[in-house]
Amino acid sequence: MATVPADLRFTETHEWARLAKGELTMGITDYAQEEMGEIVMVELPEAEARVRKGEAIGSIEAVKTAEDFYSPVDGKVLRVNEKLQSSPELVNQSPYEQGWLVVIVPEDEKSFEQLLTPEQYKQHLGE
Amino acid sequence: MKGTIFEHSRQGKRGPELPALDVPAVDPASALGPEAALRKGPIGLPEVTENEVMRHYVTVSVRNYHLERGMYPLGSCTMKYNPKLHETLARLPGLCGLHPSLPDHAVQGTLEIMHRLGEALCEITGFEAVTLQPAAGAQGELTGLLLIRSYHVENGQDERREILMPDSAHGTNPASCALAGMHVINVGSNERGEVDVEDLASKVGPRTAGLMLTNPNTLGIFESRIEEIAAVVHGAGGLVYMDGANMNALMGIARPGDMGFDVCHLNLHKTFSTPHGGGGPGSGPVACIPGLAPFLPGPCVRRREDGSYELAERATGIGRMLAWHGQIGVLYKAWAYIRSLGAEGLREVSENAVLNANYLRARLRERFELPYAVEGRHCMHEFVLSGDRQAARGVKTLDMAKRLLDYGLHAPTVYFPLIVHEALMVEPTETESLESLDAFVEAMLSIAREVDEEPGLVTDAPVNTPVLRLDEVRAARDLDVVLTVEAERLAREEAGGEAG
Repeated sequence: MATVPADLRFTETHEWARLAKGELTMGITDYAQEEMGEIVMVELPEAEARVRKGEAIGSIEAVKTAEDFYSPVDGKVLRVNEKLQSSPELVNQSPYEQGWLVVIVPEDEKSFEQLLTPEQYKQHLGE
Repeated sequence: MKGTIFEHSRQGKRGPELPALDVPAVDPASALGPEAALRKGPIGLPEVTENEVMRHYVTVSVRNYHLERGMYPLGSCTMKYNPKLHETLARLPGLCGLHPSLPDHAVQGTLEIMHRLGEALCEITGFEAVTLQPAAGAQGELTGLLLIRSYHVENGQDERREILMPDSAHGTNPASCALAGMHVINVGSNERGEVDVEDLASKVGPRTAGLMLTNPNTLGIFESRIEEIAAVVHGAGGLVYMDGANMNALMGIARPGDMGFDVCHLNLHKTFSTPHGGGGPGSGPVACIPGLAPFLPGPCVRRREDGSYELAERATGIGRMLAWHGQIGVLYKAWAYIRSLGAEGLREVSENAVLNANYLRARLRERFELPYAVEGRHCMHEFVLSGDRQAARGVKTLDMAKRLLDYGLHAPTVYFPLIVHEALMVEPTETESLESLDAFVEAMLSIAREVDEEPGLVTDAPVNTPVLRLDEVRAARDLDVVLTVEAERLAREEAGGEAG
């Protein structure tokens, strides 16, 4: 079974988010990386870019498929995980730590609270 | 014979014994121009004997898999057997020896074939005008979208740039949209695997340029609400494009023009039996309603009043999509196909394509999941299974596809459409016999048994092929492709020049 860490929040499109000191780190979930299979390329947004909740901000390409990923909140891109350019497999190996995608400064920190809880996301996966 | 032909090269080996050269040697620099443009070293052609050349190419050719070796059930690709008679006809010297810039009066035969092929395609699709120019399906899509775009611009509605498409669309559809300067709006599918009409209705509006739809769709399901779908888009001022990749299900039975579509492309290299997938170029004619005809690319063939033919430019057209007039060799073969089958024969093609697909679907669904199944509904010319039941036992669809290669069969399309988990998309076409269909079923059922009893056989596949499982991740990441021997030579040189 895919792991769903208890300290994170989630989206229905299988992104995770972690909020610390006003910075929101996001990536794709263990379930999402498992579904995609071996990832060969990650396209990330520009730093400073304004992003809207639900907007496609980058894409992940695996051997057989390519998928967009979506911003979980309104905000501004602070930095992206440059390591993924040369080592996209980090998303497979460590989706919640080394394989993080983007750090966003949310316009409103409360928007984090509106994301799915681990329990809600597990239910979503169970569907 | 193993290895590349370069590995068999030894200095001085020769095929034919030629008499001594009796023409004076030429100084390349003075004959060919500036020294900077000249090759620095020898060209590096392999030196081999005639029988080594023959053995090399025969060895390579039997490693390949193709329709002359076996069934090719590649969903959405319509890999049907292509009659060799049509190859012979297309190679008649009076047809294949023409230069495209010959004057019209010297190529009346070819112009007549193009004209009559265009008329036949219009009749098959239910449209009034056609261009034979696009070089393949995706270029047909781009052509069709540019027609739609021109239509809106002509009507002063430049802001109509949104193209709706279902989540089951071919990957080329969104790509063509982007190339045409339009934006994709996704429409969902319902539990029947058809377009969610309510979702569509909520997404059309004053920015809608049109809808792109494949019918039957990529699940092999006929869009039963197609007239309603077309009415929704037309009501919002948009046009409806049909991706004709799946026309093999409809010939002589149903016409896009009658269903409410405004424009569609056809894949001559799929539906009309011209070789493709390495066997020959594609061809993607686009047919449309009279309202879009002024925008078709030029030049087009026109019949003069005296019965002769000419190539005429169109002042209002979108311009050329291709140098010259299209893939002429493919057009000849498609015309030969249409003429040799006739109207009744084309209808029979589609009927048998649908029958064959339903036979496979009925026999395979006992061991494989069949998503979007509706009681009592048949599939069209293809169907999509899911490998979910096998995935639960740790064997992925990719593994089963590889295992099929061990059984001497080409694998179906896998992991498409995206709305089916672990998808296996099967299209047998009308050209397979019952025995050939049964052999495919037996192989699939045998693999399903292996998944239950000895899954290692499947996850380690293929083992009977010229190359074993390829490193797909490395192939996707490491895009520098160099001949192995050349790469090894370079590596030796870099390692310290011990190379000889």
